[in-house]
Amino acid sequence: MKFPLASRYLPLLATALVLAGLYVAGCVSFDNFSSLRVAVNLIGDNGFLGIAAIGATFVILSGGIDLSVGAVVAFTSILIASLVEDHSVNPLAAIAAALIVGSLFGAAMGSLIQWFELPPFLVTLAGMFLARGVGFMIHPQSHGIQNDFFLQTVSERLSLPLNNRVSFPFTGTCFVVMFVLATFVAHYTRFGRYIYALGGDEQSARLMGLPVARTKVLIYALSGFCSALAGVVYTFYTQSGDPASCVGLELDAIAAVVIGGTLLSGGVGFLAGTVMGVLILGLIQTLITFKGDLNSWWTRIVAGMLVFLFILLQNVISSASKRLRG
Amino acid sequence: METEPKALLEIRGLVKGFPGVKALQGVDFIVRRSEIHALMGENGAGKSTLIKVLTGVYPRDGGTMRLEGVEINPRSPKMAEALGISTVYQEVNLIPHLSVAENICLGRQPTFFGMIRWREMARRAERALRRVDLKLDVSQSVASCSIAVQQLVAIARALDVSEKLLVLDEPTSSLDEKEVGELFAVLRKLRGQGTGIVIVTHFLDQVYAISDRITVLRDGKLVGEFETARLPRLKLVSHMVGREITQPEGSARGAEAGEADVKAEPLLEIKNFGRAGSVTAMDLSVARGELVGLAGLLGSGRTETARLIFGIDKAQTGEMRVDGRRTSFHSPRQAIRAGFAFTPENRKVEGILPRMSVRENIVLALQARQGLGQMISRKRQLELADEFIRRLGISTPGPEQAVGNLSGGNQQKVLLARWLVTQPRLLILDEPTRGIDVGAKAEIEKTMQELRAQGMAILFISSELEEVVRACERVVVLRDRAKVGELAGDGISEEKIMHMIAEHGHGH
Amino acid sequence: MATERFEKKQARWWSSLVWPVSGLALLLLFDLCFTDGFFKLEVRDGHLYGVLIDILNHGSKVMLLALGMTLVIATGGVDLSVGAVMAIAGAVAARLINTTNVSFPVVIGVTLAVAIAAGCWNGLLVGAFRIQPIVATLILMVAGRGVAMLITDGQIITFTEPWLTYIGNGHLLGLPFPVWLSGGMLLITALLTRRTALGLFIESVGDNQTASTYAGVNSSTVKFFVYVFSGFCAGLAGLVAASNIKCADSNHAGLFLELDAILAVVVGGTLLTGGRFYLVGAMVGALFIQTLTTTMYMRNVSADIAPVPKALAILVVCLLQSPKVRTKFSGLLKRRGS
Repeated sequence: MKFPLASRYLPLLATALVLAGLYVAGCVSFDNFSSLRVAVNLIGDNGFLGIAAIGATFVILSGGIDLSVGAVVAFTSILIASLVEDHSVNPLAAIAAALIVGSLFGAAMGSLIQWFELPPFLVTLAGMFLARGVGFMIHPQSHGIQNDFFLQTVSERLSLPLNNRVSFPFTGTCFVVMFVLATFVAHYTRFGRYIYALGGDEQSARLMGLPVARTKVLIYALSGFCSALAGVVYTFYTQSGDPASCVGLELDAIAAVVIGGTLLSGGVGFLAGTVMGVLILGLIQTLITFKGDLNSWWTRIVAGMLVFLFILLQNVISSASKRLRG
Repeated sequence: METEPKALLEIRGLVKGFPGVKALQGVDFIVRRSEIHALMGENGAGKSTLIKVLTGVYPRDGGTMRLEGVEINPRSPKMAEALGISTVYQEVNLIPHLSVAENICLGRQPTFFGMIRWREMARRAERALRRVDLKLDVSQSVASCSIAVQQLVAIARALDVSEKLLVLDEPTSSLDEKEVGELFAVLRKLRGQGTGIVIVTHFLDQVYAISDRITVLRDGKLVGEFETARLPRLKLVSHMVGREITQPEGSARGAEAGEADVKAEPLLEIKNFGRAGSVTAMDLSVARGELVGLAGLLGSGRTETARLIFGIDKAQTGEMRVDGRRTSFHSPRQAIRAGFAFTPENRKVEGILPRMSVRENIVLALQARQGLGQMISRKRQLELADEFIRRLGISTPGPEQAVGNLSGGNQQKVLLARWLVTQPRLLILDEPTRGIDVGAKAEIEKTMQELRAQGMAILFISSELEEVVRACERVVVLRDRAKVGELAGDGISEEKIMHMIAEHGHGH
Repeated sequence: MATERFEKKQARWWSSLVWPVSGLALLLLFDLCFTDGFFKLEVRDGHLYGVLIDILNHGSKVMLLALGMTLVIATGGVDLSVGAVMAIAGAVAARLINTTNVSFPVVIGVTLAVAIAAGCWNGLLVGAFRIQPIVATLILMVAGRGVAMLITDGQIITFTEPWLTYIGNGHLLGLPFPVWLSGGMLLITALLTRRTALGLFIESVGDNQTASTYAGVNSSTVKFFVYVFSGFCAGLAGLVAASNIKCADSNHAGLFLELDAILAVVVGGTLLTGGRFYLVGAMVGALFIQTLTTTMYMRNVSADIAPVPKALAILVVCLLQSPKVRTKFSGLLKRRGS
């Protein structure tokens, strides 16, 4: 017996419909909504959230959760700002250092989860505290960056002109490149498939002889890397570092993943869905900006409602397919 | 006579212990090439421990294992696979949401510079499936396949790893007759190609249909290795349950249901009770002051029957009458309200609250029935606990001891006490004597008789025939998830029960 | 052989307090030696003042949250939404008191009713729909602050109403009112769980849900209740938080306090896997966290850095609780013992 339309694509389809619906609604309601600039800004402004959400997708696919995302983004941004401004480190070296620190931080959390069998939400919660606090230790408040690399190279020379008025920002490019790479990892590498296997059924994965321990540690390292990269992009985007920024970003990332159709219990989901989820959140924000008289907290409410609806949808699908198999 | 094929797997003197349990005590196990070898035994015999040591899940404490004459020492499932031992576990271990092709190739996907070649993988999966005579779209998810197909996919995966030795743990427990037939056809084909196959199953008919040899374990020890064709069923059953047949009896048919003396006005009566994958068409009645036994081998449907009666699982067919009135239970709460009580077979997982005290474990069911508001006073709780500690002889330093710290026998008595304080009308005891010492067994049996004398109806499930025969005035015998007969009064004997269990299935 | 040796200690409720209390004592000892004026108490206008009183006062929010969280964690769940519910409660109270003419008791009643409704939402998702607690409460954690903003219209609403201000700043019999509030709630919770069978049911569901269901405990209802209760506690904590600063700040009210509450419960000896719960232990845990924060504050450590020692405390406590570490530990002890 086969499901008419493979049930794993159903949430993805729903996501695409929501995205298209929102976009059409925007275009119908507002004059300039369909312009190229709006679309480009949508991608550019949500670049760091998108990259963080890609990392969160891997973790959630494996059946875990990472609550440290926002704190690591903030930590990375202030680390780079401090290294470049206060310690005159070469920007590229500072970025490399930040990426390495982020990955190691993730790997450390993954090791605690794997070897001491601690619940992921708790370990990453502690990780969130730790990253936040250390960020403030590095520099207690927002720290602007005057370095040319950040002011000119990234924001001007590395952006791709699309026509004579609109150019594609580097932050957007990072997002797109990361998406392509992540899709490749998820779909075309053994490691990527192990992530799905782990989230689908950890016990079976172990009995199938898959390297469960190594995969788990690597997943959190990958999430740490993505958060750090999101921090780098955030630094490009704001041209500053701020230890107090991105509070609650992990929730946005998780919301994007769930709205993107990934099963919160793991095992099913697509990175394309996550990207659409990020764009949906961005579109809601854009719509609210266009509308003017609505406030931005509606983003959170709508996001919460969408998360609820998608969890409901997943419950319905899974119980329906169970009934189908009898 | 042809020479006996050389041993493929040779296990000698295998020893494995867990804290407090000697799971395997010097077991020998030999599998030859081109052979289907059934591994049999009741609960606690050591079958699954043997399989898990063989497949590298547990390390062994002693003994030797040789594969094709070479000493092996697998330390993980992956290592066992690499050596040529591949396993399909009872709960089909596949990843439900991934495709059939991926499930077959997971961990060994063909890659090109680290990049998975999906087309090549699909071809390889199709090749592997051809070996088990299965043709299907390998891109569909495993979750969308029937359990039978999943079973074959798991076997295809195992064969793709190695064709030397295939271990199947309870492969048929969720298949219907036709699917079993298809599976067996595949196994016979594989046997013809030289694969050695170990199969663990509880279904006697299937063992005789498929296996060449049988190894029987009991209580962690080897009972013996037999050629299937030369081992009468009755003999096999007696080896498994550990009772010798003193004198050959005639057919057990004379002692079936007709003879049973059913008392008037049963407390509980079920007719044609059943559920897919559980039991089929159970008829059973228990009257006040009657002690009825449910006998049968492991997996014969004993526990499943109890779960249906107690409202844990919902019956799909048939009807239940309590006091002559038609009833159905949707939850244990309803069954408890009707005066039912159930001590489950799996004490640790379904019975005790390990970190809570003897007192709390004892009052839980009574308190749950009384509800939140009517709190049983601390004083009354202690009185109840003390009373039952004394009455059942629970060996504990006091009522505040955590139950997890008690021995198995005392945990069982605590469970019994939990239900006795509710003064049930029907007590269902599922393997109350398993894994507990002799003294505690005797005490539990004594308590059962006392309760019966007081007018309680008792349904007693046990794999120890001796106990069933000694305790019960009526015995319902189960085989392969269905009732096969009923004995009563003087008609009850171990031999007759074993005959009934061993009898050929209908239509074979 | 049945040689049953039971020299193992009998469970007494205070034996669980040894660890959290000694942790707190150690911290206080440190302050006694190195932090000036930590133990100074003085009476002004008939009110008691001093650092220790401040700790009790400021710790009361986490204490209130920890009461609800203890019961939730005892069933094997977790409530991540308490911070957001606090924000909602503060917003409702401030909005009502400023823009309507309703009397103070009605304001409190409506506020707590809203908090209970939020708890019902969580309880329905976990108890009836059987969604994992982390996921279920995450929804409200995401959307809750938005709802609070909606109520306050995105503004920080300040208020001067004397009764509402009293909740967080008033004194009763020399002690700050929040201390009485959390103390009273501890008493109520203890009575509720220990004088009725509720405590037994909660612990049994957390210890072994299957066994409890087979024994006739209605585990869905038990779960539903603990989330409702947690919502109620979060409502009270939200009132205190808003009253403390005389305004409803939906962005910052109760931010990260869910983490403090979880930490307090875990420090208090309740296992994250559920089962036995210790209300007094959780209170000591909450005071431990507040003492840590206050100590750092008095030693001029920036409040922003405070999360670092908290994070380390979480990790250490959880590692000590981890069954893996425990078995290794007890294995070592046994080898020496026998």
